[in-house]
Amino acid sequence: MKKFVFSLLAIIGFTLSSMAHEGYHVGDNVIDFSLKDINGKMVSLQDYKEAKGFIIVFTCNHCPYAKAYEDRIIALNSKYAKAGYPVIAINPNDAEQYPDDNFENMQTRAKEKKFKFPYLYDESQSIARTYGAIKTPHVFIVQKEAKNLVLKYTGAIDDNWENAVEAKEKYVESAVDALLAGKPITTTFTKAIGCGVKWKK
Amino acid sequence: MKLSLLQRKKVLAIVFVFCTMTIKAQTPAAILDLVQYKNRVEQKNDTLYVVNFWATWCKPCVEELPYFDSIATTYNNQPVKIILVSQDAKARALQVAQFMQKNKYTAEFFILSAGNPNVWIDKIEPKWSGTIPATALYKNGIKVDFQEGDFPNLKALEDFIHSKL
Repeated sequence: MKKFVFSLLAIIGFTLSSMAHEGYHVGDNVIDFSLKDINGKMVSLQDYKEAKGFIIVFTCNHCPYAKAYEDRIIALNSKYAKAGYPVIAINPNDAEQYPDDNFENMQTRAKEKKFKFPYLYDESQSIARTYGAIKTPHVFIVQKEAKNLVLKYTGAIDDNWENAVEAKEKYVESAVDALLAGKPITTTFTKAIGCGVKWKK
Repeated sequence: MKLSLLQRKKVLAIVFVFCTMTIKAQTPAAILDLVQYKNRVEQKNDTLYVVNFWATWCKPCVEELPYFDSIATTYNNQPVKIILVSQDAKARALQVAQFMQKNKYTAEFFILSAGNPNVWIDKIEPKWSGTIPATALYKNGIKVDFQEGDFPNLKALEDFIHSKL
């Protein structure tokens, strides 16, 4: 009887806490996903057996902030993929309201800019919701810890969307450098001005 | 064919009027930093400052601008002031002015360029995640309300303002 009551309470508790879920906070275990990339292939984080972690970026085609960061996202992948932290780009936007962000246009953009990282389509927007992505671009840096993926940093790429050269605080680079060095991350959460994720109506 | 002085003046007047009607704004939007922004909106008087954060390329922002423009007209006899704070890049200051002129929006506008957003977003409103559009209300030198997200219709904006008039 005791076991039954305990299990019941555990299930209710779990359900309530997942209903109240507004997105991940630093320290949370994050879920893996299976999303379509521009070649039509399904991609999951578990495909990357050698990776130590991931620089997950919710981004899109149309948003000027996302466009301003495209080259910096490409540079992050060039720098950190071989060190064990590849970029995984995910488009969370509703293509019906924003056709510039539809699958065909994702393919065009990825080819034009020669993305060497996956550009995945979160068509149902469930991954964006679960992670708590609220704008583009929005970064989630996760690290493998045993069987888990733990969120280590979330927020902006740096402190200057308008001018890459003038960026002083390079939040994502500092965070990944710290993880690679086994040191604590100084700034684990930042805010940025951005285009809100375009949720389906 | 020689024109009389009067005829020449008339031609010049017509050409001048035509030019001013077709020429786009040449004065770019002003660019304010955070201190200048606060000085502008945190004024110790009974005017209600309705401050909207937007950008020319932000579709939901642009869709609600007519509501703010309509408020500016409806409340022109009352102490209500609309201020449209653009988050366009500084390099687009001229385009911002041209956008306002093209749409015949009469509200005051400027670009807020305040450095690291991770620092200034919280200085304006700690609850703000940083997405636009967002709207703040200021009265008597303090912020009295803040909403992140767009107003679906004019009534929603009027209701938001009414509560603080």
